Amino acid sequence: MTTATIQPHGAPASTYGRAFWGLMLRDARVLAREFVPFLLRTIMNPLLFTFVFTYVFPKIGSGITPGGSTTVSFATVILPGLVAVAIFFQGIAAVALPLATELGGTREIEDRVMAPLPVSMVALEKVVWSGLQSIIAAAAVLPLVLLVSAEPVSVSVASWPMLIVTVLLASLVAGYLGLVIGTVVKPKQIGLIFSLVVVPVTFLGCTYYPWEQLRSIRWLQIACLINPLVYVSEGLRTALTPQIPHMPVIAILSALVVLLAALASLGTWLFIRRIID
Amino acid sequence: MWQHTIVTADAQHLSLDLRDVVKRYSPDAPNAVDGIDLSVPAGEIFGLLGPNGAGKTTTIGIATTRVRPTSGTVFVTGVNVRSHPSVAKRHIGVVTQFNTLDRACTVEENLYFHGRFFGMSRRTAHARAASLLNSFGLGDRGRTMVAELSGGLARRTQLACALMHHPEILFLDEPTTGLDPQSRIALWESVRSLREAEGMAVVLTTHYIEEADALCDRVAVMNIGKILVCDTPEKIKRDSGDGVLVTLRLREANPALAEQLRALKGVGAVDPDHDVIRVHVIAADGVVPQVVALAGADLRDLAIAEPSLETAFIALTGRALVP
Repeated sequence: MTTATIQPHGAPASTYGRAFWGLMLRDARVLAREFVPFLLRTIMNPLLFTFVFTYVFPKIGSGITPGGSTTVSFATVILPGLVAVAIFFQGIAAVALPLATELGGTREIEDRVMAPLPVSMVALEKVVWSGLQSIIAAAAVLPLVLLVSAEPVSVSVASWPMLIVTVLLASLVAGYLGLVIGTVVKPKQIGLIFSLVVVPVTFLGCTYYPWEQLRSIRWLQIACLINPLVYVSEGLRTALTPQIPHMPVIAILSALVVLLAALASLGTWLFIRRIID
Repeated sequence: MWQHTIVTADAQHLSLDLRDVVKRYSPDAPNAVDGIDLSVPAGEIFGLLGPNGAGKTTTIGIATTRVRPTSGTVFVTGVNVRSHPSVAKRHIGVVTQFNTLDRACTVEENLYFHGRFFGMSRRTAHARAASLLNSFGLGDRGRTMVAELSGGLARRTQLACALMHHPEILFLDEPTTGLDPQSRIALWESVRSLREAEGMAVVLTTHYIEEADALCDRVAVMNIGKILVCDTPEKIKRDSGDGVLVTLRLREANPALAEQLRALKGVGAVDPDHDVIRVHVIAADGVVPQVVALAGADLRDLAIAEPSLETAFIALTGRALVP
């Protein structure tokens, strides 16, 4: 038995890979058990938003027309925004909500951090898993807007690479933002943080209006550049509704990459600090 | 490139090897662990005994990769824990002080996924989980959500979970705290039979003297970050446990009496605790009556304990170990 300790320990990469896969399987089982609540949580906000703004308002004659371009419906403007919110909200919630309890209250993350892989990879797994949930959320919201809207929605995938890259970067940014929130915030305050951070991020994330049109409120146009959701909305606009004015692709992608690097370093550092004294 | 850096030649036969380990949580705080050396060979049940704040949990944390030592070397089954924590974790099983089971999962799933984390196949993990659940009397609880378990069953589930990946060394942090006496004895039995069956080393912390005495091959008595003595319970009792422990229960707290008792010849440590004073009487001949006489009319009750690990503990640390 003691000789086992001087035998080669096998390639660490494969051990890490198997442990990572095990963590994913665990999360998949937990999600499968709560898939219906997950789906309801994901689609409720965009469903009602789309229903009120793109079905009820036009029918009762208080339709909102986006200033500037009169050729596109409001539904066309908000479609990328709603998908962006779905990705973001789901990504943050999927990491931050369970993590706050697992770290702060019950410490039930214990068994997972004792798995044979670096603690940073336990954090990465949480983010990757939330990213998958974000993508499911995006896939659920997109057809929903098309179905519910009373107005015509002109949407087509103008650039698949841009769509894929934006969705992937957005999912990871949201997941790492969730990691930061989940490690810093006490379980009791998590609801408050959602009101103080997630709601403003959503409303000021160029979700319901393109960034370009904010030029008439110059200070807001500049201020909202710190909001990661702005780049997600604009990126999806570029990919799905290119006829609406949007930021240059290079600006969107570099901002997302920089934000991802910053949030990933900060989130991982905070997570390790919570796990290891 | 890997193997030679993580294994020391002299640590091969040791399950746990700590050398001059210090942990200070912040620069101006006192050392939580203050330069300890500790070696646990394979197959030994080793106890860390001490009051709260002695540094037991920090020591376990250091050995299980969860606390970064300020200085010193730490090897678990020959693997350098500081430089290769992820490799060390493959050989370590941990049962924490609190119920840290995954509440989103059932009992069986806790074991099954633990096995998957350690690279087991689906089939192997289910089979190992089933066999462990049976041997811990949890065979019919597989589908129970862990939140519904009683304290004793939860602790047994934690133990079963920690064993899934056949660890070479098992760490139990206060394994029986909060358990009823029956569950405590059942857990002792499990630990003993595990050592028989799997030959693993077991390191446990406890503040129950009788637990250390009944279960451990060797015990380290810790106080304020230091190991005061490390030996078999029998040897510790023989060397430090002579004399008797006199427990005086008074009508009210009496600090002056404690001072008078300290001045008596033949009296070792005196540990006042509200209306109770524990007196370690070293030279028994005639001293106990003097102690009783000093207490006088204040005395409500009196108990005299024979040499034990408890008298040894009070002799070593100057205070009684009250759970």
